[in-house]
Amino acid sequence: MPHDAPEHSHTGISPSGHPYRADQDAPLSYFQNMEIAMRELLSEKGIATEAEINAEIDRMDSRSPADGARLVARFWVDPAFRERVRADASAASREMGFDIGALRLIAVENTENVHNVIVCTLCSCYPRNLLGFPPDWYKQRAYRSRVVKTPRSVLREFGLDLPGDVQVRVHDSTADMRYIVIPARPTGTADLNETALAALVTRDSMIGVARAQSPA
Amino acid sequence: MVERVRVARMMPPGHVRTPSYLRGRIGRIERDLGHFGNPEQAAYHLEASKKRLCRVRFSMSELWGDAAENPSDTLDAEIFAHWLESAPD
Amino acid sequence: MSEPPGRRWHDMGGQSAGSVVPQDHDFALWEKRVDALMVVASAKGLFTVDGLRRVLEDMGEAAFETHSYYERWILSINQNLIEAGAYTLAELGTRMTVVRGRGETYGECARPAGDRDG
Repeated sequence: MPHDAPEHSHTGISPSGHPYRADQDAPLSYFQNMEIAMRELLSEKGIATEAEINAEIDRMDSRSPADGARLVARFWVDPAFRERVRADASAASREMGFDIGALRLIAVENTENVHNVIVCTLCSCYPRNLLGFPPDWYKQRAYRSRVVKTPRSVLREFGLDLPGDVQVRVHDSTADMRYIVIPARPTGTADLNETALAALVTRDSMIGVARAQSPA
Repeated sequence: MVERVRVARMMPPGHVRTPSYLRGRIGRIERDLGHFGNPEQAAYHLEASKKRLCRVRFSMSELWGDAAENPSDTLDAEIFAHWLESAPD
Repeated sequence: MSEPPGRRWHDMGGQSAGSVVPQDHDFALWEKRVDALMVVASAKGLFTVDGLRRVLEDMGEAAFETHSYYERWILSINQNLIEAGAYTLAELGTRMTVVRGRGETYGECARPAGDRDG
């Protein structure tokens, strides 16, 4: 699974047996103090037990862009599945075995003439239950402010320069829907199987700030 | 005929999910999404009544005028129907 | 296109801003716990994601500039839980003092349940 930010990875994090990170050894912050105290109180009151918290962390850790990439790959190769994604992308995700909970997913497709990009200008809504956590930049001021007004300029900052005959469609996740971009299938991939195709699909291509990668 | 709508211009001071850059703008309903609990109530521990939610599509020229990079680029947002007024052609 | 009066700080679409900085960070354990707490407590019906957002918005722009995402989230979750009557501020304050007294680091203060004596 290729990564767009080379310094680190969210995927492959094992919730058990993971070595303590540096923050475990840093002085306790006020907010960490709150978090521990709140979690203990809620557990003692039976509102949110340690087991439930840990199970949720495990669930969160199991989600990553690789899941979305598999959905995109199947969309590319399987016309009947493609129609099911178009009809109900949440149901299609569950069909693939992904535990997406209550996620209401809409898949927007890139073509030769259309390029989609996703944002939440009001906060940071993101299809977490399918793709895992959003990148920091997605939640920050510059992206949220500018992509709805000058999407092409923002995309150029990501290295994506779109010609004038491609229509850009921006989707602002203002309410209950969440969005995934189905990037265009790269050329020269007719002989690749689903697994190899999924490896070309990056997180950023499913947000819409990049294309899927071309085969090596 | 796709329904043409205008987003209400009001600016109430509280938790609403209609971005200010869309208020007063004209778009077309891209699809109906069904009914969802009103976030304006849920945010304040009130029982949220179900309200009709629509995806509305705006052209970038409608939103930004001459500042639009490409007038035919579009912006889709989910807007609750109580924020939408009919805007016949 | 003049800006309508009454735009709230979090309502950022269309505002001027600098370049996108493609930064990202690995999540600390305490951050994952904050996130998980939000999911579990909201699933139990103690508050809604709408309430979470409302408190984040009401916190104001200065908080957005000075506190990290999960610092603001734990503040918002706490306020929502106080409003829901899940615990009292006195209970929280007392427990925070106890937690703080266990050591210096997050790891020392967040000892697993079996190791804790109160």
